[in-house]
Amino acid sequence: MENRVVSAKELKAAKAKLQQGVVLSMRGISKSFPGTKALNDVDFTLRKGEIHALMGENGAGKSTLIKVLTGVYPKDEGQIFVDGVEGEAHIHSPQDAQNLGISTVYQEINLCPNLTVAENMFIGRTKNIRVHWRENEKKATEILNSLGIPAQANQELSRCSLAVQQMVAIARAVDMQCKVLILDEPTSSLDEKEVQMLFGLMRDLKNRGVGIIFVTHFLEQVYEVSDRITVLRNGELVGEFPISDLPQVELVARMMGKDLNDLADLEEIGQKKTAGEKVIYNAEKLSSAESKPFDFQIHEGEVNGFTGLLGSGRSESVRAIFGADRVTGGKVEVNGKKVNIAKPHDAMKAGIGYLPEDRKRDGIIADLSVRENIILALQVMKGFFHPMSRKEAESFADEYIKALKIKTASQDTPVGSLSGGNQQKVILARWLLNHPNYLILDEPTRGIDVGTKLEIQKLVLKLAAEENMSITFISSEIEEMLRTCSRLIVMRDRNIVGELTGDDLNQSSVMKTIAGGGQ
Amino acid sequence: MTVKAPEINARRHQPMSNTKLLMLIAIGIFVVMYAAAMLLIGKRFLNLQEIFNLLNNNAYLIILGCALTIVMIGGGIDISVGGVVCLTAMSVAKFLQTSGIEGVPGVLLSMLLALGIGLLFGLEQGFLVSYLGIQPFIVTLAGMFLSRGITTMISSENVPIKHEAFLEMKKVAIQIPGVFKLEIGAAFALIILLLMYLLLRHHKLGRSIYALGGNQQSALMLGINVKRSRFLSYVISSVLAALAGYVFIMHASSGKTSIGLRSEMDAIASAIIGGTLLTGGVGNVFGTFFGVMILSTIQEIMAASKVQESYWQEIASGAMLALFILMQSVVLSRRGKKFVLPSWMKMSKRQ
Amino acid sequence: MIQKTNSRKKHDLSQLIIPLAALGILIVFNLIRGIAIGDLGFFSITTRINNDGNMVLSGNLISIIDDASALAIIAMGMTLVTAACGGQDISVGAVGAISGAVFVKVLDAFGLDNISVLSIVVGLLAAIGVTIIFTLFNGTLVAVFKIQPMIATLILFSCGRSIAYMITGSATPQLNDKLINAIGKTIPGIPIPTPIFLVVIMALILGLVFKLTNLRLYTQTVGINQGAARLNGINPTAIKLLSFVLLGVCVSLASMIQVCRLNQLSHKTLLDAIEMDAILAVAIGGNSLGGGKFRLAGSILGSYIILMLTNTLNDMSVKPESIKAYKAIVIIIIVIAGSPAVKEKISAFWKKVHNSSRRAVAGR
Repeated sequence: MENRVVSAKELKAAKAKLQQGVVLSMRGISKSFPGTKALNDVDFTLRKGEIHALMGENGAGKSTLIKVLTGVYPKDEGQIFVDGVEGEAHIHSPQDAQNLGISTVYQEINLCPNLTVAENMFIGRTKNIRVHWRENEKKATEILNSLGIPAQANQELSRCSLAVQQMVAIARAVDMQCKVLILDEPTSSLDEKEVQMLFGLMRDLKNRGVGIIFVTHFLEQVYEVSDRITVLRNGELVGEFPISDLPQVELVARMMGKDLNDLADLEEIGQKKTAGEKVIYNAEKLSSAESKPFDFQIHEGEVNGFTGLLGSGRSESVRAIFGADRVTGGKVEVNGKKVNIAKPHDAMKAGIGYLPEDRKRDGIIADLSVRENIILALQVMKGFFHPMSRKEAESFADEYIKALKIKTASQDTPVGSLSGGNQQKVILARWLLNHPNYLILDEPTRGIDVGTKLEIQKLVLKLAAEENMSITFISSEIEEMLRTCSRLIVMRDRNIVGELTGDDLNQSSVMKTIAGGGQ
Repeated sequence: MTVKAPEINARRHQPMSNTKLLMLIAIGIFVVMYAAAMLLIGKRFLNLQEIFNLLNNNAYLIILGCALTIVMIGGGIDISVGGVVCLTAMSVAKFLQTSGIEGVPGVLLSMLLALGIGLLFGLEQGFLVSYLGIQPFIVTLAGMFLSRGITTMISSENVPIKHEAFLEMKKVAIQIPGVFKLEIGAAFALIILLLMYLLLRHHKLGRSIYALGGNQQSALMLGINVKRSRFLSYVISSVLAALAGYVFIMHASSGKTSIGLRSEMDAIASAIIGGTLLTGGVGNVFGTFFGVMILSTIQEIMAASKVQESYWQEIASGAMLALFILMQSVVLSRRGKKFVLPSWMKMSKRQ
Repeated sequence: MIQKTNSRKKHDLSQLIIPLAALGILIVFNLIRGIAIGDLGFFSITTRINNDGNMVLSGNLISIIDDASALAIIAMGMTLVTAACGGQDISVGAVGAISGAVFVKVLDAFGLDNISVLSIVVGLLAAIGVTIIFTLFNGTLVAVFKIQPMIATLILFSCGRSIAYMITGSATPQLNDKLINAIGKTIPGIPIPTPIFLVVIMALILGLVFKLTNLRLYTQTVGINQGAARLNGINPTAIKLLSFVLLGVCVSLASMIQVCRLNQLSHKTLLDAIEMDAILAVAIGGNSLGGGKFRLAGSILGSYIILMLTNTLNDMSVKPESIKAYKAIVIIIIVIAGSPAVKEKISAFWKKVHNSSRRAVAGR
């Protein structure tokens, strides 16, 4: 709170002004969360009547920037200027943002499914106490017709398709005279026809002078509708580019970051080991409620990786391997024997471990102690009726706290109070203690400090080399994957689109494959 | 590149909304019930007055049902209503007996007293639930015991009312002698029913409560004052409970500590049977009205078929409640599946 | 870096802070009141000869602990359900009435004037069996159909006592037997009431279960993070159902104690409103009503505190029916103190105090 007051004073002195044709200007935006700096001195400019793509990988800061702009998070530093507002705009709540003409349409649609289309467009906007149904429906119908949205005003929203629901949200924003329209991953649950419908609407709005911020992970779509691209990485601004100046491959390179000088070189973390002959895990046509059928195998002592942009299906695939989502089909063999993995416990019995992507939601048991978190998986494997003794548990916990250099006040400290990196090490310890034959690490390095990132990569290579463990390693940072994996499976749109080994394991071929030029 | 949308009429025929569908089921069940009553018990149920008797005897329950419907549409629950009914009835009885204020002023003051009790409970519970974020069940459970406890402090004995103006008012009824008779309390309950329908359907607050029950996060994003709407829903609920207490005492004209015992359960059951979803966002006071009628018809059938013990009624309504809760759970999971397709299904369309 | 013993002690104490504080307040209040009215009888423990000619301990404190027995046992079960499901079972009183009805029905089948150890054991086992069926009904609604616990248990809350009535009918059979008295009151030769021992035995059994199985770890894990529990191979549905089974055992035992104490069965009043007290005991015991970490000791202590409160109010000649109102006020105060909004304010306040004191030190 104090921070904001101070910086506001400083920035007032800077007295930036909006240029002609600019509807929104964000200058020097910074935002920290405990343990991480989500945004560091980021600038963003949106012009009248343009579609501006905001790109970046996991943790790049896209959603934080949007949330700062819409008043969900208070910013630590920086200033926001909006067309039509004298001086700095103060946005403290979603309401403030709306009043300034900034509207957001989220992927998970923020409308009420139990109300009608018309109501969703008008609720919460008037001071009128009486609700005029007929009038609202008439007005809504006019707007829907003028925008070409195939919905009926008196229809319950939940009866519309997702695309139409999204368009209704946009119609609401348009009717509120918005100058800035933020579309956060609007296309991720739409099919091709619906996407085209949405793009038609976006172009229409663009011609009416609305500035649109388009957040998506579908590269083709960016090139289809956008005029300009701003790229973020690790909370920092990489740059703003007109669409014609930034070929697709280069965009991927910018998003993933080519030069990571702050990390040590390949030699320093050890040599990659060549995989053994024995197939540890083999799946044919494996599919789950969240992933499409795919084939996959991994050899003893092999480190491989799934790569692809956010939403490409890399996490869903490994979740299917572990049985984390409902498995819908496929044949699975572990060590040459056919097994049925329907739930995580089956996978654990087959010697598979899984460190989930979302540490907070799926990994840690926040209120339990470090010790209980470390022994959890082994304890479950031992069974309900065979609890380990306190002494045993303490010695296991001690061993792994030392081995992984986990910084904690004691074994009894609730794991939720540790830093992100140490929490991640605790979950890693949990699975290592279980001595799996095959360990899946989904984004083990996300949101943690550089030093710990390096430690985890070293550990991955060591486990493969010394304990012959097979490991699947997923990371948004391609450098990390190139350094650790001997085989990369590339995914796009939930399909495996390539498999890279040997000499193909380099930046440019990975990016080409991801961007779609490698076929 | 714009995809042409088909021309749209403003009010084309719509498939039925969940609210209407669930209410129609309730009406259907009532009709079946009543027909069964006619067949099983005969004569008495062929008489028009029998329906009015159901109304007269269950007027307070209709008001309670409205209270619960509103809170439940907002995604909450209020189990203190039975206690508030009892406290109001007892307080009014005690006031009329001991204050010594005769005539119309006494009656008016007793009404103010009832409103005051409802308001106090509503403000307290609404504040705790909405602004302090405490689970509504705990808050209203405490409210239930608080109101029942205070009732016994006022009097643990029966307090019959002998206040003349009050007894005069009680006798007022809408009637055509020999055809039907609707007591003033029942008429009042029907007015409340209509008012609550208007509130929920045509008032900003009512729509906000629907929105909040449909998706709280969205409601917030749509610019609705979520906390205030929720707060007001609890205030309305308690005030309605107090009014129900007044209607009850007009019907019974004697304060007792056993008034309204388990009536909160009947009210919740009525709302659920009438199509109000436990998860909020869907419901309708008319549906609840038919829920009340269904439950009271069951009671009548039980009573008339010489099942003297009241326990069968409780078991029957409990079983009914269980059935409807399960039905809703199934309906909800079905609905979820229908509108949120697993992503792999959608992706296959793209190819 | 690792200071095991110190921090563990600190952690344990912090969980019991609410019940210990409440107990302290009650004791101090009664002490002051006792001194003020010149009678410290509240705290005296004496011996007396009971109707059967046995020497027994008597006094306020003994009767508080004795009276709290059924509550303490149900509170243990309620703690487990709360921890696993993040909600409470409000049908325990009604289900307890069913359990009592089954128990008495079995005794009746053996002959009420011919009660033997065998008939009591069979009766208790039958009661436990039937009760578990009913709590499993609740458990299934909660764990499988994912209905909020309080709504799911509303069904039996509203019609459970009628089911009890269906089993025994309108009669309120009197149970005047030595064996019944030995369970409900005292065993000849032992001056301490038997229910107190039964609480200890139940606590020991659960303690043993915690020692021999992973129940505590699994329950807490499911209560804190159900999704993560599943990803670590735990079956949340099974754990929730298990918590309801254990609650069923607790309710049966408590119901038997209460029937034996009162020497009669009344389906209307047996364990009446115990659900409120049990939830209150769990909350006073420092357990979160939202699930997760739990301490049985806290809930047991909570039960004794509630009875001490009741007893104190009785002592101040508050009518027994009105005590509900006071308890409701206590529960409201506790939930307010534990509410997120208030917690945030308090922690912000502490930080402020802490910072300013640090600044003062630095300034020096």
